[in-house]
Amino acid sequence: MKKASKEGLQYEVVVAGGGHAGVEAALASSRMGRRTALVTLSVDKIALMPCNPAIGGVGKGQLTREIDALGGEQGRNIDKAYIQIKMLNTSKGPAVRALRAQADKRLYEDSMKAVLSATANLEIIEGEVARVDVSRETLRGLWLHDGRYLATRTFVLASGTFLRGKVIVGNCSYPAGRVGELPANHLSRSLEEAGIALGRFQSATPPRVDGRTIDPSKMIVQPGEELRGGFSHWETPAPRTQVPCYLTYTSANTHQTVSEHLHLSPLKSGTVSGKGPRYCPSIDRKIINFPEKDRHPVFVEPEGATTHEVYLQGLTTSLPVHVQELIISATPGLERARLIRPGYAVEYDYLIPEQLTLWLESKTVSGLFSAGQVNGTSGYEEAAAQGLIAGINAALSARGVEPFILGRDQAYIGVLIDDLVTKGVDEPYRMFTSRAEYRLLLRHDNADERLAEFGQRLGLLEEAQLQAVENRRHQVGELQAFLDSTTLRDDGQLNAELESMGTSPISEPQTAGQLLRRPQVALLDLMRMLEASGHSPGRYDEKVLEQVEIRARYDGYIQRQLAEIRRHRATEHRAIPPGFAFDSIEGITVEARDKLTRLRPATLGQASRIAGVSPADISVLLLHLHRAGSEGAGTSAAISQP
Amino acid sequence: MVPRKTPASEPHIEPSQMVTLETIAAISTAAGPGAIGIVRMSGPQAVPIAQEVFRPVRGGADRVGAESHRLLYGHIVGPVDGENVDEVLLAVMQAPATYTREDVVEVHCHGGPAAQRAVLAILLQKGARPAEPGEFTKRAFLNGRIDLTQAESVSSVIRARTTTALRAAVRQLEGGLGDRLRDLRRELVSVLAELEAGVDFSEEDIDDLDREGLASKVAQVCRQLEGLLATAFTARALEEGVRTAIVGRPNVGKSSLLNALLMRERAIVSEIPGTTRDTIEETLECGGILLRLVDTAGLREGRDHIEVLGIERSRAALDSADLVLAVFDAAEGLSDGDRSLLAGVDPGRAILVANKIDLLPADGDGPAKGEDDWWKRGWLTRDIALVGANVLEGLGRVDQFSPPIPVSATTGYGIDELRDAVSRLVLEGQDLDLEEPLLATERQRHLTEEAHNHGQQAVCALEEGLSDELVSEDLRAAIVSLGAITGESIVPDLIDEIFARFCIGK
Ligand SMILES: Cc1cc2nc3c(=O)[nH]c(=O)nc-3n(C[C@H](O)[C@H](O)[C@H](O)COP(=O)(O)OP(=O)(O)OC[C@H]3O[C@@H](n4cnc5c(N)ncnc54)[C@H](O)[C@@H]3O)c2cc1C
Ligand SMILES: Nc1nc2c(ncn2[C@@H]2O[C@H](COP(=O)(O)OP(=O)(O)OP(=O)(O)O)[C@@H](O)[C@H]2O)c(=O)[nH]1
Ligand SMILES: [Mg+2]
Repeated sequence: MKKASKEGLQYEVVVAGGGHAGVEAALASSRMGRRTALVTLSVDKIALMPCNPAIGGVGKGQLTREIDALGGEQGRNIDKAYIQIKMLNTSKGPAVRALRAQADKRLYEDSMKAVLSATANLEIIEGEVARVDVSRETLRGLWLHDGRYLATRTFVLASGTFLRGKVIVGNCSYPAGRVGELPANHLSRSLEEAGIALGRFQSATPPRVDGRTIDPSKMIVQPGEELRGGFSHWETPAPRTQVPCYLTYTSANTHQTVSEHLHLSPLKSGTVSGKGPRYCPSIDRKIINFPEKDRHPVFVEPEGATTHEVYLQGLTTSLPVHVQELIISATPGLERARLIRPGYAVEYDYLIPEQLTLWLESKTVSGLFSAGQVNGTSGYEEAAAQGLIAGINAALSARGVEPFILGRDQAYIGVLIDDLVTKGVDEPYRMFTSRAEYRLLLRHDNADERLAEFGQRLGLLEEAQLQAVENRRHQVGELQAFLDSTTLRDDGQLNAELESMGTSPISEPQTAGQLLRRPQVALLDLMRMLEASGHSPGRYDEKVLEQVEIRARYDGYIQRQLAEIRRHRATEHRAIPPGFAFDSIEGITVEARDKLTRLRPATLGQASRIAGVSPADISVLLLHLHRAGSEGAGTSAAISQP
Repeated sequence: MVPRKTPASEPHIEPSQMVTLETIAAISTAAGPGAIGIVRMSGPQAVPIAQEVFRPVRGGADRVGAESHRLLYGHIVGPVDGENVDEVLLAVMQAPATYTREDVVEVHCHGGPAAQRAVLAILLQKGARPAEPGEFTKRAFLNGRIDLTQAESVSSVIRARTTTALRAAVRQLEGGLGDRLRDLRRELVSVLAELEAGVDFSEEDIDDLDREGLASKVAQVCRQLEGLLATAFTARALEEGVRTAIVGRPNVGKSSLLNALLMRERAIVSEIPGTTRDTIEETLECGGILLRLVDTAGLREGRDHIEVLGIERSRAALDSADLVLAVFDAAEGLSDGDRSLLAGVDPGRAILVANKIDLLPADGDGPAKGEDDWWKRGWLTRDIALVGANVLEGLGRVDQFSPPIPVSATTGYGIDELRDAVSRLVLEGQDLDLEEPLLATERQRHLTEEAHNHGQQAVCALEEGLSDELVSEDLRAAIVSLGAITGESIVPDLIDEIFARFCIGK
């Protein structure tokens, strides 16, 4: 490294990493008016999808919708780049429905890069952040490996799988951030010197084969769906011809091949030391853990319109390449498939996330934020969600404004971050809807109603966008009120209709609202019945009707969750002042005191979720907070206009 | 760090007051049979709930709350058929001139513990929830009723009460109840895992749900919970009395003390150390409080197998006791054995008993050794505390314990004072709080009942064909309720279960 000079460039916010976390962070910060630099190892590889060519899925799709509702980019970008889209879980209720789209990877990268390039206040720099300049526990700037110095007080680390990255295929391993890319080998030490603790995780990806060499006739076609909208709340995606995926299953032959070569698996040989995710088991792992299953699904997914590469979801492995070829050709429909890219595993440093605050800033080094895979998660959506929040908070912090935190009762993003920083991780974290206790409220369909106001107040959405959301909310209320105040009685016709819908006739007059609570009664039919009996509900667009129907269906359950939220609200959002001396609290268990001192929770709610802290400890903590006489007790401050 | 920062609030739900809008209720009488039981309620719903469940003998329900701090005479009526549950006095105290500064309603029950529990159950049905340990005090504090400078002592009250409640809760879960609840919870988690695997991994190769099978599994759990509700949860503290263990080294006179307190020869007494081999239980009423007295085998290194077993039981009795009478031989003084024994005793719930005081050598105007009827002379009128202090001085101070009560089990000297000391500690002692064990039991019962109700809703939801995520809401609620008893949290368990059972992922 050249002798560094501090006479470098000055930025309000610097983001390291042009992955899914980094781009959201850089966009948020620059859109909020901060002078921002995005430093990344290769400007040719921005928003690259190193693993599956898809965005969304159950849980993850909700994250992308929330990102979009706050003014982030992921939703809009996948809408531009998808080659197939689907709504999942349509056989279940609206709360667990989610979109999933197959991406044209190249298009995804290019359109994201175009957006970055067109964004004011944002400069893209190719380079490797090699050292953090920290003094008195505060970030002062960054050294790049090529000797440049960037002066900044706020830094978002979004280095993905690159810190001391190591790629493993079979018994061969070498330093790399991903196959074909250099690792970032310098930054880890500098972070450790600044007092930040790192851990080691691992993740793997399946082989890609040539789409012209697969045999679709032996597989099940999985077409896309014509949907009304895409991920974005704000723009309707352009119509396009969708590309199908295919489903095949491993055979006894495949399993035999894997079993015969298990001794070569990095799992066995110990080449892989970091912990991998349970929800992404390699085919080797599946066969070890579930010997009784005689087949496993393999989804064959195209990676784009201008490439023949197809992704074999289900065949993740880092067995030696010749074994990968055997496994592929043992699988029906893939007998002749030609391997293009071998599957591999990557091992990397992550930052132990309990060291972070709820706004993703380090508790050790002021001004150091981090987001994405480097925080112990996996997945594009999880990365982007954190990137957005870290970017927003870096921008707020650069201005000395209070941080922006989403609660567990407001967004999956809130669940994600609270889980990470409060409970920590012991495998790469992925979102599931079952992690959210208020799942019925945190829906795909109402992300904008939950979050757009924040987006607008933060400066990431236009006033008009928020206005559209508010108008709809208003219309929903109007229609609900109409239904609840309109009484229907049987005129012979009504009961006949009800019976034909498969629900019981009414004997007493009922409000339309009551009828709508019956799962068999669709709102459109109800509206028709209302018109027929001389009532005129008025005209509403589909989104309004959808909301009214969902709310009626979930009514009792939603009321229960809201009651639950109100019950916890007082403690949940009760702020704990930053310098609070947890170690001086009398009357709580030693374990609770140690944990609190170490984790320094920002709210009472967060404190209550720390393992080893009991309700009694929380009561005592609350009393001490009162005694500490912090002002504004009991109410949580509204976010300030940035 | 930059001085910071409170979290943002969401736009559409108003930030609420510090103290929640919930109304809490608990039985708050200290003592056992005979005493009047008070069931107390605090919070915004206290008065409306009282109006619903109380029927005054004179006038209508609107008399309730018409006038603050006034006693009304009438009945608590059952929720279903309006039958009289108990004859009570009702006191409505309106905020802010109350202990918690919220509206407080006290129901002074006439009947025994069973009636109090019935009254509490009705209040809970109407929307109150069981108070947590020390919660009335906590609210009093939060609402500024108690001075800020008292924070420390308030928190120690909460801590102490929690400890007592915890001890009671743990005791409650002994004898297999805890294991059964854990098993039932696990069963529900496994059902939930099947539902959730289908929700979160809908594209994976997961077999279709067997809704009928799941419904019957959950129904089975519900039946078992019902069985537990019918039998397992009794408020032991009131029904059985205060568990009082008499402990000490061999031969200090524990069995003699039991006999003296009972005023009959219940236990065998002999001059051979190690006479009592197994614990002996007897009940005794003492100043309106029911004591469950347990005489134990003297604590020392066991000489034979049977003695070792007996000593184990002594230790168990000591650990689970609400109150400990720690006996030592006043004539011999506090030995090392006594001291090490005392090290394992919580001073807050123990009374030191200096037995065989009659053997103490005469000094000055004290009684002479062997002088049989010294306690009948003028000497007796001397301040007992002074005697206690003298004894202490002779023995060397034992930190933290209150002065020992000097008694003679054979002559009966000091036995009345010991009774007084016991009832004082039970009624006034912070650590020895009968509300809390009761409360603990009540909370467990309430939680079990909740779990049962949610379980049944899940069964209905499964049978009626409601979608999976709604069934899962009910199941989760049931699991969370049981977890609040067994101390287990849902998400990690659930996710472990899903990954252990299903082969999921790419
Ligand atoms: C082999 C492999 C397998 C995977 N398997 C899965 C899976 O099964 N399931 C799943 O959900 N996800 C998987 N992923 C993860 C998914 O790709 C990531 O979760 C997601 O891309 C993380 O986004 P990110 O923004 O945090 O980091 P990345 O997308 O990794 O981006 C990191 C960026 O930071 C840059 N960078 C790193 N260090 C520096 C530095 N010091 N200075 C400047 N720039 C730097 C890099 O150039 C890169 O642009 C896998 C990834 C890989 C590589
Ligand atoms: N003088 C006198 N003797 C007493 C007194 N209390 C007990 N003793 C005698 O002490 C001896 C032991 O009494 P126990 O009551 O059997 O003692 P213990 O503590 O139950 O003994 P173990 O059951 O063996 O542990 C007997 O001989 C009693 O008569 C007392 O107050 N005064
Ligand atoms: Mg004995």
